[in-house]
Amino acid sequence: MAHLTPTPVLDPAQDKTMILNMGPQHPSTHGVLRVLLEIDGENVVRIMPDIGFLHTGIEKTCEAKFYQQVVPLTDRIDYLCPLTNNLCYVLAVEKLLGLELPPKAQWLRVLMNELTRINSHLVWLGTHALDIGAMTVFLYCFREREDILRMFEMVSGQRMMTSYFRIGGIALEPPLGFFDRVRDFASRFPSKVDEYENLLTGNPIWGMRTKGVARITAEDAIALGASGPTLRGSGVDIDLRRDMPYSGYENFKFKVPLGKEGDVFDRYLCRVQELRESIGIVQQALDGMPEGPIKADAPKVVLPDREKMKTQMEALIYHFKIITEGFAVPAGEVYQAVESPRGEMGYYVVSDGTAKPYRVHMRAACLANLQTLPTMCEGKLIADVVAAIGSIDIVLGEIDR
Amino acid sequence: MAIPPPITDIEELKSHPALARLLEWSPAAVKAVKFDRDEMSIVIDRPVIRETCALLRDNPDFPFNYLSDVTCVDWSPSEPRFEVIYHLLSIPKEERVRLKVRLEGASPVIESVTSVWPGANYFEREVFDLFGIRFTGHPYLRRLLMPEDWEGYPLRKDYPVEGYR
Repeated sequence: MAHLTPTPVLDPAQDKTMILNMGPQHPSTHGVLRVLLEIDGENVVRIMPDIGFLHTGIEKTCEAKFYQQVVPLTDRIDYLCPLTNNLCYVLAVEKLLGLELPPKAQWLRVLMNELTRINSHLVWLGTHALDIGAMTVFLYCFREREDILRMFEMVSGQRMMTSYFRIGGIALEPPLGFFDRVRDFASRFPSKVDEYENLLTGNPIWGMRTKGVARITAEDAIALGASGPTLRGSGVDIDLRRDMPYSGYENFKFKVPLGKEGDVFDRYLCRVQELRESIGIVQQALDGMPEGPIKADAPKVVLPDREKMKTQMEALIYHFKIITEGFAVPAGEVYQAVESPRGEMGYYVVSDGTAKPYRVHMRAACLANLQTLPTMCEGKLIADVVAAIGSIDIVLGEIDR
Repeated sequence: MAIPPPITDIEELKSHPALARLLEWSPAAVKAVKFDRDEMSIVIDRPVIRETCALLRDNPDFPFNYLSDVTCVDWSPSEPRFEVIYHLLSIPKEERVRLKVRLEGASPVIESVTSVWPGANYFEREVFDLFGIRFTGHPYLRRLLMPEDWEGYPLRKDYPVEGYR
């Protein structure tokens, strides 16, 4: 596997090849990714990603906050799927606390999480197609994304940084009319996916730009730690929602789309199929939404209802204590992984028994996926680098944290 | 809300596939075990971490073939100060295991597992960058997230949250 270990030292003195700097402000790098390319004519000899431009030290900041104050920080990590980050963090802390959630909270989380996946995939599809030169898809995708962002705004008051989940439940009941709106969207959306596919899947130019491009084998993808559609595009059958279910995913039926070739086109197909599967899960969640509370019965952890706070002394005391001194979490450690739109997102939370986390580490799917770039691109044409970067769907906020 | 107490007895846990394989190979490699909240942690002797990873990856009956994550926890001021943590996943068997290696605070060095999983490259660079742990045999051990000329290791507990400025 020596070919998988990049030799990143670029030597300009040799004078046979040229070193090209792409980014960090290049429009096709989806954020602030800098890529150093050593090129021989049109061919890429070596490629070396340079990251860290968005590093904000979120892991360090978490150690100085109460457990519940970390939730809004997690939104900012992978800003295209804030609710998946929220979910992964709250699941980890709930596992540390040993909290059991009521079914409605779990189903609502699944519903929101799948809407987030659609939202994220739509941004990916639009920008990826735009990078390769298909302008129209971008406008179509952002039309549907706008609908989803409005739904997020309905439930949480925010379009992107939602922070809608809480440790032990969900912040608020969704407002009146929310489920009707989601149902309306779910009935319209499959025909919209047909529209995207009409524009791309059979399009010969799209095929030429993506088929056989930036290929990676299943063995290489596993060895490099790739996950999500980047791994499934090469035919590895793993989806944490199905294989290691969390938050009630075992109650939902869905297919896990797989690729064969491991090229850009297969990764594209995987994600487009996932759009259809996700809307299926949303539909199931709407149809089977259980009744009941949306918060766990744990007064020391979950904030009381406003009404109770105004009428019951105990509720007021708990509220005051949670806000001012947080809640102690039993010592221990937990690694909770969820299937984010980009792959395995994992939160490793260590507690020392106090009200602040001793250590929070985020396993960023994109960081590992980015490592596949040299294997995909070296020895290939420079024009395909843009297609390869788009196809692994990177979000630099998550890579740099 | 009741969490069962962690199990730390090797005898009780030796049916776990990863632990069983390790004990069969070399009982001295296993320093301690913990089964807590449905998660298995095995503390590995520092010099054999690379062999352990290769062994678990190539185990034909139960391959832990995927490295999810490498990270570190600073337990300053207690010694051994650092814990380097590996999260392994078995894709065919859908099972996880956590390996830990404890390192002294004075000069933390550990062998790199990039030769077992090339994907450990960025994870180990990140741990080096933020904790200052050196990985021997790493192909390119440079800072990953912080600037090249940064002084100090930000995720160590003696590093202030606001930084030095």
